[in-house]
Amino acid sequence: MLKLKGVEIRQGAFSLAASFTVERGRRVAVIGPSGAGKSTILGALGGFIPLAKGRVYWDDAEISTLSPGARPVSMLFQDNNLFPHLTVYQNVGLGVRPNLKLTPYEIESAHNAIQRVGLDGMAERRPAELSGGQQSRASLARVLVQKEPIVLLDEPFAALGPALRQEMLDLVRELVDEIEATLLMVTHAPGDVARIADDVIFVEGGQALAPAPAAELLQNPPPALQAYLGS
Amino acid sequence: MAQRAQPINGRAGVVAGTIVVASVCLAFLGIVLRAEPGAGLGPADWQAIRFTVVQATLSALISVALSVPLARALARRQMPGRQVLITLLGAPFILPVIVAVLGLLAVFGRNGWVNDTLGTLGLPGISIYGLHGVVLAHVFFNLPLATRLLLQGWQSIPAERFRLAAQLDLPPSMVFRTLEWPMLQRILPGAVALIFVICLTSFAVALTLGGGPKATTIELAIYQAFRFDFDLSRAALLSVIQLILAGGAALIALWIIPQLPLTGGMDRPVQRWDARGGGQRLLDGLVILLGSAFLLLPLASVAVSGTLGLPQVPASVWAAAGVSLWVAGLSVLVLLALALPLAGWIAIRARGSAEAIGLIGLSASPLMIGTGWFILINPVMDPVRLSLPVTAVVNALMALPFALRILVPGIREALASHGRLCLALNVNGWPAWRWLILPRCLPQIGFAAGLTGALSIGDLGVIALFADPDRTTLPLQMYRLMGAYQTEAAAGAALILLLMALGIFWICDKGARRYAEA
Repeated sequence: MLKLKGVEIRQGAFSLAASFTVERGRRVAVIGPSGAGKSTILGALGGFIPLAKGRVYWDDAEISTLSPGARPVSMLFQDNNLFPHLTVYQNVGLGVRPNLKLTPYEIESAHNAIQRVGLDGMAERRPAELSGGQQSRASLARVLVQKEPIVLLDEPFAALGPALRQEMLDLVRELVDEIEATLLMVTHAPGDVARIADDVIFVEGGQALAPAPAAELLQNPPPALQAYLGS
Repeated sequence: MAQRAQPINGRAGVVAGTIVVASVCLAFLGIVLRAEPGAGLGPADWQAIRFTVVQATLSALISVALSVPLARALARRQMPGRQVLITLLGAPFILPVIVAVLGLLAVFGRNGWVNDTLGTLGLPGISIYGLHGVVLAHVFFNLPLATRLLLQGWQSIPAERFRLAAQLDLPPSMVFRTLEWPMLQRILPGAVALIFVICLTSFAVALTLGGGPKATTIELAIYQAFRFDFDLSRAALLSVIQLILAGGAALIALWIIPQLPLTGGMDRPVQRWDARGGGQRLLDGLVILLGSAFLLLPLASVAVSGTLGLPQVPASVWAAAGVSLWVAGLSVLVLLALALPLAGWIAIRARGSAEAIGLIGLSASPLMIGTGWFILINPVMDPVRLSLPVTAVVNALMALPFALRILVPGIREALASHGRLCLALNVNGWPAWRWLILPRCLPQIGFAAGLTGALSIGDLGVIALFADPDRTTLPLQMYRLMGAYQTEAAAGAALILLLMALGIFWICDKGARRYAEA
């Protein structure tokens, strides 16, 4: 399980506190108003934003001292998830080995992942030759080969249309099940939450609240969440 | 903001920087060891210092003053051939100095076209030797550079401002005051400073067009002290002065030198509604015509006389061409080995610092470094045998500041867009270079390599110090032909040299671009 113990993040005047636990294999949506710190939480878990206080544990090992690449985490950002000058295969392969010197078995598994996300026959293309949806699929293929126990999605599908986004969420759901990963994803849309999330972390007022069951929370939102959701 | 973690560290850059600094400092040490105290500066040395500063000041001011109307005309006129002309403005930067000098002699020399015309009209002729000639050649080289810098400035003025000016029907003087003058105030000091620094350490121009007690630069005085008098003590003293003067100027200039314009991004003239009057059109047309003639006539004369002289070219020229080619190749390799790690180091540091190392190349005179290494190598082995490698290394050092200006922004951009992804994937160290920086910065790397190759192939500097009578580079061989009054053979050699310099630049620059796009 993922455990945040007395975590505090400070960036200038902004500060955010988080202390909670996410059970292994849960799919968690992180929601909240703009600027509340949803991406900040994920950035801190990924190792890109330093903690002012507190620690993060995966199972019983502290991971908050590790560099981003050494953490048991695969992360997709809002943009620039693929190297534009490399092919789909190379982009996926970098998730297996940072020097891209793959064994025959690893080469095969990279190709399998590309096939699995529906990019059959596109392994040699570069990102610019793919549609937005296909680019998302390529980065998900890399998540698949990385096989990390924690998957962090910082709105990587924000630029896609609603139908395509739903398609991607369904794919994410299948993929994290396959690799038995714990998922944390930032989103704006209550529809996304209902579609994929078991739990919801609500970020507001300088605090990330502990995850609560999604269905319950959406039916009976506390006042702050209600204000955020509108209606 | 706190320094962000980066997928590359600066260690290799620190090593490269240390090598650069050490190679200059060692040379300096070698000189100081031989310098005898108490020699002092003679009147001729003071004359050289004065001449160096005067010619650099004049060259910088005249180049920039002339570039204002030319850049302004190019910025606001659409005409066929405009793009070609702007591309050609980049050519003098990589043009071998000695080739340009030959072209300038053909146009402005004693029997040149200008003097012929003046003679026919019964007017007194002009002399290209001495201060006139040195400044003329420097303006020839730096007017295009200044024009490109200013053109970049003009293009940084948003089109909306010109639309607003048209809407308010501002007269030309007001357009100048409200839009163009503020931009010029921003760009001009940097352009003047850059050209001043470049002209301070100029050697080949002074060697060919200057000379004599009245027109000797410090750099030329070092050469003469070393080569003719073998007065190491005086060469050392002059080198110290050169280092202080050029280093000081470069240090000041570091803060105001603008970004060097790359080849791209100058293609679209902003649509303009002002300056539509007939007089202004005529004036702009005239300025562009004169500017292009000034730049193109010398080149055209090299092409014509070179083609005619090609059959007269002796075998020694072809041998020298081969030597030049491998010196340039070595120079490019040395440059990349130094510049890439250095640029990586600079790119991950906070803006503005560390780039000073590159300036060593601008401020330390090539002849000083050459002299110092000559002294150091001399006890161990015959320095003439190492003349070519030393030339290649010194050429690389000279190109370093330009290469850094080209590479650092590219690396910064690659790290800003995809550095985070590298970290997330544990693509650190060499793999980050291999998979992110090198492929992303390939166009910049090709540009820097092409620039270095062209500068090196056309360089007439250190090699003149060591001068092996049997194995020499093409520029020196050409200089010897000119000295021996073998004018036609020299013209042929000039054409070969010109084509080689442009060719090596074109191959590196275009090759890298094509590969990057494929």
